[in-house]
Amino acid sequence: MNAGILHIATLVKKDVLLEIRQQYTFYGILLYVASTIFVLYLAMGAPEAAVWNGLFWMIQLFICVNAVAKSFLQESSGRMLYYYSIAGARDFIISKLVFNAVLMIIMSLTSLLLFRLLMNDPLEHPWKFTLTVCLGGCSFSLVFTFLAAIAARARQNAALIAILGFPLMIPQILLLMRISNTAFVDVIQGGYLQMSLLLTGLDILVIALSIILFPFLWKD
Amino acid sequence: MRWWKILTIVLLLYTFIAGLLITVPDVGNLQHTIRNAFFHIPMWLTQFVLVTISAVYSILYLSKPTMKNDIYAYSFSQTGILFGVLGLATGMIWANYTWGAAWSNDPKQLGVSIALLIYLAYFVLRNSITDIDKRARISAVYNIFAYFIYIPMIMILPRMVESLHPGGKGVEGNPGLNPDDMNAVMKYVSRPAYIGWILLGLWITTLRLRLAILAEKKSNSSFV
Repeated sequence: MNAGILHIATLVKKDVLLEIRQQYTFYGILLYVASTIFVLYLAMGAPEAAVWNGLFWMIQLFICVNAVAKSFLQESSGRMLYYYSIAGARDFIISKLVFNAVLMIIMSLTSLLLFRLLMNDPLEHPWKFTLTVCLGGCSFSLVFTFLAAIAARARQNAALIAILGFPLMIPQILLLMRISNTAFVDVIQGGYLQMSLLLTGLDILVIALSIILFPFLWKD
Repeated sequence: MRWWKILTIVLLLYTFIAGLLITVPDVGNLQHTIRNAFFHIPMWLTQFVLVTISAVYSILYLSKPTMKNDIYAYSFSQTGILFGVLGLATGMIWANYTWGAAWSNDPKQLGVSIALLIYLAYFVLRNSITDIDKRARISAVYNIFAYFIYIPMIMILPRMVESLHPGGKGVEGNPGLNPDDMNAVMKYVSRPAYIGWILLGLWITTLRLRLAILAEKKSNSSFV
């Protein structure tokens, strides 16, 4: 067990180091976030709360596809074999899930900042919404990490990830829209905790499925 | 001819004849469209049964990779989608008369659209991979992943959102239908109808399977 955690920590560290050394990928996504939101701002101006909420989560979806897609595509098959032999497939997928979750939370928080800066600020409960954004970014990244693994195996690009992932993301998006709606109104609404727990439950399901199914995906 | 194929024919004949002839209860504004319950609801049950069998064969494929398990998983999902489209069509015609519009953003309509998107993506994924073994394994993984996300989705969402369908938010029990709306006579028709349509789905799949296995044999013999 301890060895497993050590392997995962090392693999996450390797991903972080790679990000730090090849900064163009990290800043590339950051620039993608910034320019998407800037274009949106020029097109929409300052929309009302419901539109703001919808736009925000749709932008998160596209950012996630782009941020997570490269996580498997950058690994060559020879290097994959190496990881597989030294750490095992389960450790590898867990390290990717952790790394992508952290990356996506950073991107989500950045886009939240830009959204609030540029496109009006309809939030009544900013901290609650920030929490929801972290949870949402995490949920998105978990599903898309596994789909990126599938798409990488099929030697396909980000378009396939979107096709495979969007229908599977709908329950998470609908839940997130409802959870975040509570952050836009002054009155206290019930069901916030229940829906957040439901979303966390879905996340745990996705993690479990990823860990169970990933070894089959990489077996050659 | 196997006994269950004869049973399918008998049950479906009974469904069509009795379903169109019996006296139906007067529920809301449904009038005689309630007879669609013998045709519309079984489509969903059949789709659900077929995609479940498909997921089971995908799991079997991962534990024992044979070509047979892969072809079974693929064929069952194909027929499942056929019944999904039929269920959507019968539902939209019904909705057009009782709700006033063919599409009204109902959570169950959204649910089936999601299912269609998921399985169409599954077909796209299959066709994008040329290596046969790799295709079988990757699509099996996606099939299982999608199935286990789809099931909680159709269990949770209809209970959360208001719906024009019977059942749903604020109603206990099954989110899809309300058994109290059917009287005893209707149940004498609806239950055999469910079994009949499910058997028909299995029958169609067995035909597809025979065709797929023959095609597989033919393409393999051309290599030898």
